[in-house]
Amino acid sequence: MVTESKIMKNTLKVGMIAVSVAVLSTSAAEVTGKIKLVGDAPPAREITPILADKFCGPLHTSPVMTRTYLVGADKGLANVCVYIKAGIPAGKTYAVPTTKPLIDQIGCMYEPFISAAMVGQTIDIKNSDSFMHNVNCQAKINKGFNFAQAQKGQVNGKTFDKAELAVKLICNVHPWMSGYVHIFDHPFFAVSDKNGHFTISGDLPDGKYTVEANHLKSGTVTGDIEIKGGKATLNLDLAVK
Amino acid sequence: MVPPNQSRALFRFTVLVVLATLGLVCIGGLVTSKGVGMSVPDWPTSFGYNMFALPVSTWMTGGIFDEHTHRLWASTVGLLVVLLTRWIGGIESRKSLAIIGLVEFGMGLTLVASFGIRWKGEGHFLMGIGSVVLLAAACPWKSLPTSKTAIRLSWLAFWLVQAQGSLGGLRVVLDQWAVAGTTGGVLFGMIHGCLGQLFFALVAALAIHLSSAWKPTTWQPVLPLSLTLPVLTLSLVFGQLLLGLVMRHQHAGLAVHDLPLAYGQVWPDLAPEDLARYSRQRDEIEPVTAFQIRIHVLHRINAIVASLAVLTLFLKTRFLPKGHLLSRLSQIWLALIGVQFLLGILTVYWNKPADIATAHVAVGTLSLATGLISFWVAALTCSNPFSSVSSFQKSSNRVTPTSVGHPHPVT
Ligand code: HEM
Ligand SMILES: [Cu+2]
Repeated sequence: MVTESKIMKNTLKVGMIAVSVAVLSTSAAEVTGKIKLVGDAPPAREITPILADKFCGPLHTSPVMTRTYLVGADKGLANVCVYIKAGIPAGKTYAVPTTKPLIDQIGCMYEPFISAAMVGQTIDIKNSDSFMHNVNCQAKINKGFNFAQAQKGQVNGKTFDKAELAVKLICNVHPWMSGYVHIFDHPFFAVSDKNGHFTISGDLPDGKYTVEANHLKSGTVTGDIEIKGGKATLNLDLAVK
Repeated sequence: MVPPNQSRALFRFTVLVVLATLGLVCIGGLVTSKGVGMSVPDWPTSFGYNMFALPVSTWMTGGIFDEHTHRLWASTVGLLVVLLTRWIGGIESRKSLAIIGLVEFGMGLTLVASFGIRWKGEGHFLMGIGSVVLLAAACPWKSLPTSKTAIRLSWLAFWLVQAQGSLGGLRVVLDQWAVAGTTGGVLFGMIHGCLGQLFFALVAALAIHLSSAWKPTTWQPVLPLSLTLPVLTLSLVFGQLLLGLVMRHQHAGLAVHDLPLAYGQVWPDLAPEDLARYSRQRDEIEPVTAFQIRIHVLHRINAIVASLAVLTLFLKTRFLPKGHLLSRLSQIWLALIGVQFLLGILTVYWNKPADIATAHVAVGTLSLATGLISFWVAALTCSNPFSSVSSFQKSSNRVTPTSVGHPHPVT
């Protein structure tokens, strides 16, 4: 009996060591920063047909505007997709995140406008309106699709097989409705929030990396970082185009 | 042959087909202008329903209204054209219609039963149209056959309307299929858009042929008439239509937003840095391509050339005898081109409102039809024996003395 409990204790110890080693090697790094817009963004335009539509109009009390440039506090630029472009250990494969990004069709608009997901990661596409939308995916590298969502609350999970930037989703029932999703073959990406802040976190060992920021209208900009002790910061500027 | 009251009724029915087709071109144009073609993802079903049984509430939602109405309207035009073929062909056409109907129904059944999901739609479509053709064949009414030309044209319309329906379906079913650097949606959409306008020109020509204005034996040329100018003008207008077609389906309608110059130049610079600059000036997220700009500017340049050709034809045909159909047609053509030019400018100037862009397509279609009929009338006039003296005397008030001394080809 004594020997048995000893063995158990030892296995426990070995197990704990294994876990702590694992935690160390899955170096939970965090890259944070802010994307700023240089120059004055052209004013947003009103999406006029939305208020004219018999079903969509009543869902809005104020004019709905285009979202080409969304600039927040201190020139922070929203909807920029930021991702590790180079430096990821070659040959390493990463588990697909189990979280499911949600793309919601609500008030005849896509929310969020810009999303990101990993190859194989399920994206939930939802209709929160009480009438029909069709989800027409205009992928160029991946396989596109087009299906109708008639029911309020209907959710369809979709995955993509290949990395592709700016896969466009449109609704032809309401042709002003569009959204984009960026697909990566690794999990190191983020979309900047309303004030331009982003956080990329995950299993990135200390070392040098290239980070790229992509804005649909303004284009891309890259910057170099060095992750030290699991941390790095990077601020990037994008110019009005 | 055909009693006059029956031929008048036939003419009226053909005019109905022409008007229904014009309406169909307008709704089809609206579907493209608004970009709502794929709001109904399936075909010939609509959201899985038999298309004639789609709940009204779904039909009335956003762009579904345009797309589904286009499908229903097209089915009606198909039905009308099959009946027209039966009417014009007389009782003799019943046998052919019965055979065709049976073959189509059988082919449809085979496609549905033994081929994959991709061909199921086409199969149901064939079964549907086969039934309509069989119905026309079963029609016992003893309409008498009309002219050989009318019969030929009606059979052409019969086949074209079915091809047009299938192409519309393929445009939906193969929307995302990658072909020749583009997609099935764009490719079949363009063929469908082009054939639709040619189909309109065909039924319009048929209607004119059945009308009381069709008196080819009286179309004597005053002077030797040449077909060169009508052919050239028609080609330029058809070329213009093709450029417009590519422009619409490649979303190049607003590739150039200034007028009359393009980005301040007659032919804009198209180096990558220029394109980047142009894209920056646009509201749209997607950048503008060199191809889009080229097509757009070519459409503008050819608009001027084609309009001048129509004007020249108008001026030349003023020397035809009074009341000659060709001179009336070229007046109409000139008026249409004028309106068309204005609508084109307004399309750009007002940032392509769907109704204006669609009106531009509709008037373009009328212009093509007028050109085609003009060419036909000119060809028939040319084939009449040239009797300069007699017809000259009839229309002497139209011809100046100098042109008598030096007969040169008119038009
Ligand atoms: C005068 C002779 C003209 C003719 C016969 C003509 C014909 C056409 C046709 C048939 C189409 C549509 C094709 C289709 O979708 O099936 C089209 C499209 C178009 N045309 Fe013209 N056009 C003419 C002049 C012009 C001019 C002067 C302008 C402007 C400067 C113009 C601007 C456009 C534009 C912007 C479109 C595309 C509209 C869209 O994307 O919805 N056109 N044209
Ligand atoms: Cu929608």
